[in-house]
Amino acid sequence: MRDMLSKQAVGLKPSGIRKFFDIVSEMEDAISLGVGEPDFDTPWHIRDEGIYSLEKGRTFYTSNSGLMELRQEICNYIKRKQGVDYDPKHEVLITVGGSEAIDIGLRAVINPGDEVLIPQPSFVSYEPCAIMAGGVPVIIELKAENEFRLTAKELEEAITEKTKILILPFPNNPTGAIMERKDLEEIAEVIRKHDILVMSDEIYAELTYKEKHVSIIEMEGMRERTILINGFSKAYAMTGWRLGYACGPREILEQMTKLHQFAIMCAPTTSQYAAVEALRNGDDDVREMCIAYNQRRRYLMNAFREMKLSCFEPFGAFYVFPCIKEFGMTSEEFAERFLAEEKVAVVPGTAFGDCGEGYLRISYAYSMDNLKLAIGKLADFVEKLRREKA
Amino acid sequence: MREELLKIIERNSRIDLKELAVILGTQEIDVVNELQALEDEGIICGYHTMIDWEKTSIEKVSALIEVRVTPQRGQGFDNIAERIYKYPEVTSVYLISGGYDLLVTLEGKSLKEISGFVSDKLSTLDSVLSTATHFILKKYKDHGTILTKKYEDTREKVSP
Repeated sequence: MRDMLSKQAVGLKPSGIRKFFDIVSEMEDAISLGVGEPDFDTPWHIRDEGIYSLEKGRTFYTSNSGLMELRQEICNYIKRKQGVDYDPKHEVLITVGGSEAIDIGLRAVINPGDEVLIPQPSFVSYEPCAIMAGGVPVIIELKAENEFRLTAKELEEAITEKTKILILPFPNNPTGAIMERKDLEEIAEVIRKHDILVMSDEIYAELTYKEKHVSIIEMEGMRERTILINGFSKAYAMTGWRLGYACGPREILEQMTKLHQFAIMCAPTTSQYAAVEALRNGDDDVREMCIAYNQRRRYLMNAFREMKLSCFEPFGAFYVFPCIKEFGMTSEEFAERFLAEEKVAVVPGTAFGDCGEGYLRISYAYSMDNLKLAIGKLADFVEKLRREKA
Repeated sequence: MREELLKIIERNSRIDLKELAVILGTQEIDVVNELQALEDEGIICGYHTMIDWEKTSIEKVSALIEVRVTPQRGQGFDNIAERIYKYPEVTSVYLISGGYDLLVTLEGKSLKEISGFVSDKLSTLDSVLSTATHFILKKYKDHGTILTKKYEDTREKVSP
């Protein structure tokens, strides 16, 4: 058959992670630092609630927007954390992971040719989702000297007549960068001035190690122009449950709910019941996990200092993003050699955008024992490369 | 730092001091001082090792014994608890709310040794009214550690 495939789909670049995954999965005994999900199991009381909901036969669709009980808990949570009110009836949508919210959020607001500002390095989905929504991705290259934060100047320079929406991915995967209140205030001013929308992906909001997470929705005039995205995967170690949510102005959420209704119907019912329990009784679990991540983060930063590997100190998510430019090879070359010679998998920075060149993403969602083993190998490898160069 | 420090060494008392300082984001000398203070205050009472004796060739039997006693005027349960905990084969003694008073755990080489202890020593004490002995058949989890299963990382090796 001629023209069987969508040109737009074919035109999308395959994920750089996928390619690396294929190499790693061939190797039986590889140690990995390449995982983008928590190493903790979902806390038992949350799993138990999921099991209980199955036992009780709650195996039907929920309303398209999701269980009212859960939407209410989400509103309580945001009120508690950010001090901002959302209406659970009209301004919250339960989605299949944060990923679905990104997809339908963009499709709900973009008209053909609208420009979507995407700071990179960042999560792999924004660019393809923007393209499939008919938008034109405009990449803002974040810089190490700004600790990979988005500055008002960078934003201002990227905005044109056609700019529709800014994606704000903080705390950031892969860099671990955060945006503090003053950073967000400066950004918000530019956004108000140019009257554009924001999609704030705050999936790592619970995992910050400096100050409490601050959201753009707390800034003046931002709630009414922001699609806030969050979910349960990272905070409660619930990646496999596939549950996220979006909050935002009613007009946008109405369109998102429509798209969600036609494509998905509703998010998994079992997961929704478990998530209610997570929000009601999960604060202690999140705190414990956050403390453990922070210990590992400090361990890694210290290890990099000792091996004199340049790395800015990240205060969010569970990634560090060390610089490997001193070795004179690309991120991909470094990652491939490291895997071949030391059997440790890390993800090349370029998997998250071209400007990730010269960096690696190292995940610390691993036990200390595993980290120690892998970091020992990294130290050996770095030594070896330096000897080769000398 | 105190709570975080205690939680770490409760799980791993052999952790290297330098590493402890790094992961707590502090200096080694501060960790040393804090540990000393915790020992002096009697908050840290010892550094033990968890052993799964099942996996050795050494025979060991453990039992939990419910003990009902008559409390003594002016002393409550303290006297009788002390008489019991002085036996070296007794590994712990707890005062319990509910249907009985003291929960005694005991380790011995054999069932016979334990039942001998209960009948000869424990139940003959004046204030002991009755005992009920439960032998431990299998330990699934002890001190927060699961003994029956090893952690296995089943995640995809690389993910975005």
